[in-house]
Amino acid sequence: MLPIGQRITASLQMIKALLRQPASALGTLIAAFFLFLALFGGQLAPYPNPNDQSHNARVSPTLDIGSLQFGEHPFGTDRLGRDVYSRVILGASSIFRIAGLGTLFSVLIGSALGLLMGYRGGMFDEITGRVIDALMAIPALLLALVMVGIIRNMDFDIGSWQAELSNNVVLLVIAVLYVPVVARVARSATLDIKTREFVEAAEIRGETTAYILFREILPSVIPALVVEASLRFSYAIFLVASLGFLGFGARPPSPDWGLMVNENRGGYYQLTPWALEFPALAIAILVIAVNLMSDGIRRAVQKSA
Amino acid sequence: MMTPASDLLLEIEDLTLSYRIDKRWIPAVRNFQLKLARGQVYGLVGESGSGKSTIAMALMRFLSGNGRVESGAKMRFAGEDLLGKSAAEMRAIWAKRIKLVPQNAGAALNPSMRVGPQVLESIRAAIGIDGVEAERAMMRMFHDVNLIDPEKVARRYPHELSGGMQQRVMIAMALVSNPELLILDEPTTGLDVTTEAVILDLIRQLIAERDTGVLYITHNLGVVAQLCERVTVLYAGEIMEDDRADDLFHQAWHPYTLGLLGSLPRPGQNKRDALLHPIDGNPPALKDSSHACAFAERCAFAEDICRDVKPPLESLPDGRAIRCHRWREIRDGELHLVADDSAAAEPAHEGRAQSLMRVADLTKHFTVGRSLADVLSHSAPPPIRAVDGVDLALNAGQALGLVGESGSGKTTLARLIVGLQERTGGKLELLGMDIRNSVRERSPDVLAKIQMVFQNPQNALNPYMSVRDAIRRPLIKLRGMNPGDADAEALALLRSVNLRADYADRFPGELSGGEKQRVAIARAFASDPDLIICDEPVSALDVSVQAAVLNLLARLQDQNGTAYLFISHDLAAVGYLADTIAVMYLGQLFEVAGREDLFQPPFHPYTEALFAAIPVADPRHRVEATLLSDALPSAQYIPGGCRFHTRCPRAIGPICEEEEPPWRDAGAGHVIRCHIPIEELTEAQTKSAAGAAMD
Repeated sequence: MLPIGQRITASLQMIKALLRQPASALGTLIAAFFLFLALFGGQLAPYPNPNDQSHNARVSPTLDIGSLQFGEHPFGTDRLGRDVYSRVILGASSIFRIAGLGTLFSVLIGSALGLLMGYRGGMFDEITGRVIDALMAIPALLLALVMVGIIRNMDFDIGSWQAELSNNVVLLVIAVLYVPVVARVARSATLDIKTREFVEAAEIRGETTAYILFREILPSVIPALVVEASLRFSYAIFLVASLGFLGFGARPPSPDWGLMVNENRGGYYQLTPWALEFPALAIAILVIAVNLMSDGIRRAVQKSA
Repeated sequence: MMTPASDLLLEIEDLTLSYRIDKRWIPAVRNFQLKLARGQVYGLVGESGSGKSTIAMALMRFLSGNGRVESGAKMRFAGEDLLGKSAAEMRAIWAKRIKLVPQNAGAALNPSMRVGPQVLESIRAAIGIDGVEAERAMMRMFHDVNLIDPEKVARRYPHELSGGMQQRVMIAMALVSNPELLILDEPTTGLDVTTEAVILDLIRQLIAERDTGVLYITHNLGVVAQLCERVTVLYAGEIMEDDRADDLFHQAWHPYTLGLLGSLPRPGQNKRDALLHPIDGNPPALKDSSHACAFAERCAFAEDICRDVKPPLESLPDGRAIRCHRWREIRDGELHLVADDSAAAEPAHEGRAQSLMRVADLTKHFTVGRSLADVLSHSAPPPIRAVDGVDLALNAGQALGLVGESGSGKTTLARLIVGLQERTGGKLELLGMDIRNSVRERSPDVLAKIQMVFQNPQNALNPYMSVRDAIRRPLIKLRGMNPGDADAEALALLRSVNLRADYADRFPGELSGGEKQRVAIARAFASDPDLIICDEPVSALDVSVQAAVLNLLARLQDQNGTAYLFISHDLAAVGYLADTIAVMYLGQLFEVAGREDLFQPPFHPYTEALFAAIPVADPRHRVEATLLSDALPSAQYIPGGCRFHTRCPRAIGPICEEEEPPWRDAGAGHVIRCHIPIEELTEAQTKSAAGAAMD
């Protein structure tokens, strides 16, 4: 493993390379801004309680871009008198938590599985590979809907771990959906690395499989995994928003962006178009920003490789 | 020997080429000059990074996007200024007048197109003929480059041809337009010596028939000596010496040329006779031009002036050009590379001759997947018999060299012994104990006893692991040391491979190829093994570095009493390091001989052919006749009888095709597997050797 010092310089160099491209620099900046909102939304939102209905309903946005005046309700209020601006800010944290943690779990499990498949080969690889193919053949959204539907409908004792799981079902869905994809990437990278002679040298030393996987092979696979993780993250954001919109994600009245779009469509759109437009805009900007960022990461990794 | 001006084909003056790296222009080639006459074969020799391929690309006006020709350069081709040509004019020249044969013919041919249409395409572009006429021209060319069965070759895809055949196709494609200038960029690198000899012979013939000027680019001094009339030696982008080949190889005046020649083992030279004279240090990286002589850092004769003032390229009246402050002293014999003959070590362990390893009837067959037709007809394709019944004995502290063409099964044999591959049959004994099949089944004790040095130093070390960790790991794992002791021992090992202690904290990316291989060697020695398998340990290294690694291996062997199984296609390197040499062909051994016996008759006819093919770095000893065709039969369909009979130049009749040859004893442990009796072999080979000497 690289010592900490070298690891930091390498990461810094990658970030530098990432910021050199204007498009990916912009994407990274925007994504970082949303992350900031997610972390400190509670302090930033003018009305920290997203379900505060004490305002006038259906107030038009007071934001004036020309003079940069925010006014009392920059994005207006919805039909129940909730401040849309605060809700959009507060919604960032849930989307980052669910998409981020889901991606993290899928990368951890998927890369361990992929490393083992690639290194072991043989029947294990063959069988796991087919299962993965089968999973990937099912459309992601369909699989997500089925899983959410099943788990949501089970009865669990309040406070039990199953109930906790059921509350975070979207997070679980993302992990399950992306494990196969990440495993595939890790597997193909491993297939390349395992033929290198330093791996054979480790075998001649009688190293354990775990040592060879995580000490010898993993460091060389990490660049590919970083690229894949950033790409998965952008898809995960999209998926969380989609599930929220379809009513399978967060439940009312939580300030989930997808859910907000859903709640304010149809007839309500005529009344309060801003209550739909601003969360929709937030989703679009974040997805595009993360995509630009992951594109930049891919470039930076390829350059350093 | 001045060439008349009209014969002058290519004239380059003051050519400086730069690459843009990190926003700075860094010269890769400085003030290069060359005068190439029609019909002349000019050698351009240099190690990796010397700028030789950059020159070729500049000549073709095909520099990569970050490269440029600095102003002031002159490049005249047949009297025309090449640098002023437009892209369209250059295309016309590429199509017909200047042709390049690249190093890797397999990558240069389009893999998705049959060979015939590809060649026809280039014929159309070059001479504008089409249809039957073009096809006839192609067949004539294929015939000229000795492609057997040209019609069949034309219908094949590139991957269905052997490396030698691919290279012939490339040469045919280049020569079909009768180009005025042919640039050959390492055309035989990566080919077997036998194939190389055939290709060199072919190039020599084809050039003699035409009036083509040839620029031959290579790192291999042997090949240059075999082929070229004149040679330029490049180092770090500068000409060091330029002269007629004969003078250069026999009276080199530049320390770098001398160093290169001294670092090559001559066929028959052994570590017991004299150590090689490596050039210290590493080839320089691309960097800004300094004011010193580019070679000063590694030069044995360097003085203060060499480090302060760049020597000019002096043109001498006899046609030689040389860039050195001290060439006069070298010419007059006042300076010599120190010949450290005393260091030629006597083995401390030879007396014991304790048996270390025995291999009996070792076999490895790879099964081939069944095709649909096989499944339907309930048959299975024959397996690939990579190793097919090898018996071998190795004593403690002995170095056994294993030679053979690629595809002969050398590497598979090594991998069976080290346990990276499971054997199909046979026995493997180490110190009288049966050794299990694969590394997973072997105990740490056994693992510690057999270690390996790999071919490619780029891949032998984990790029994310420091040198210290790489060497410490086997110490902890196989010798059970605690981390503190392992640290101290790792530093001692580093010292033993001539690397400073501060290398311990470096990563492989910061090391040169030769340094990486030293670390890999230190790692192999860490577990204090009895046997180290060296699979082509120097073939990926630069010439000037190879000698140092060979010397290191010889010294460590003597110090530690370690036995080597040394695999190489480079017979001179094997002959240098080995005490005993085994010759392998299609999965079987054909000859085993002590180092004193191997380089003189009797030989097995295959060994004889291998030796004859070595390109000796001496223009006065040119390989004239090539004895072997270049096609090694497939290990899946091994010929019956003596498996060498299809290529044997000394085959004596039906017996060779029908019966397996017996082992014949030539005395002193020298055995040959051949139908021809030893006496007859000796007689015939002595005669042909004498005949060759008389020419």
